[in-house]
Amino acid sequence: MFNPDAVGKSRKSSTTFKVTQESISNFAHAIGESEVINSPVTYSIMISLGPSQTLLEDNGLDWTRVVHGDQKFQNNRPLHAGDEVTCTSTIESYRAVAGNEIVTVRTDLHCGAELAQVQWTTLVVRG
Amino acid sequence: MDYAGGARMRVVELGYQIPAETYKINRATLVEYANAGGDQNPIHQDETIAKSVGLPDVIAHGMLTMALAGSYVTKWAGSAAAVTEISSRFTKPVVVPAGVDVEITISAVIDEVSARQVRLEITAECAGVKVLGMAKATVSLL
Repeated sequence: MFNPDAVGKSRKSSTTFKVTQESISNFAHAIGESEVINSPVTYSIMISLGPSQTLLEDNGLDWTRVVHGDQKFQNNRPLHAGDEVTCTSTIESYRAVAGNEIVTVRTDLHCGAELAQVQWTTLVVRG
Repeated sequence: MDYAGGARMRVVELGYQIPAETYKINRATLVEYANAGGDQNPIHQDETIAKSVGLPDVIAHGMLTMALAGSYVTKWAGSAAAVTEISSRFTKPVVVPAGVDVEITISAVIDEVSARQVRLEITAECAGVKVLGMAKATVSLL
């Protein structure tokens, strides 16, 4: 059972993620893109996945019943090789609807003081 | 990703239907995406596990389909730097049986235009079924 009082809880990743040209190229290649100076628009999901999962697990999320409901990216700029990204994930909303639970987590991706990208991930926990 | 000429050739007009593109994915694509994107959930690679949780077969990562939509918008925008927002619901799974290429067709229509940006409403279809819901992107014109 997810902790309904988790809304507003936040967790900053303890380490930074260093963006490499190789990781951008691998992601681009997997989706059929070839030119790779700017990160593809959804690339940063690979950075936020771990930190947001940790926050959700700390608050009782049961992954065996989870479906990815929706996803949003607000990209102030693409990421580039050499960027050092810090993630801060926050549980933004929680509601129980018709036996399912719906949780939205926001992750802010900072490069130093600059807010480069923000993501929202909504998960549906099936009852 | 940047496409020389893409931005110069485009039409920016309310209601304009951007030509569709078809993307082919297969089991190898899913493995490559899992490695590149860091999502190793076995339902995207292992038929036995996918079926054990009630799926018809291995399914593609919703984020892979969204990444293809991102590519499609980037091509039209001319650069990933111009795509300031993209969002989507994952409404239907893309089933990827062994040994075949599965086609995902992506198109978009311009549903808002301002001096600074346009909003696109994106459609992604696989075998005639819409696999993304409420999919939208914002492209900066600056």
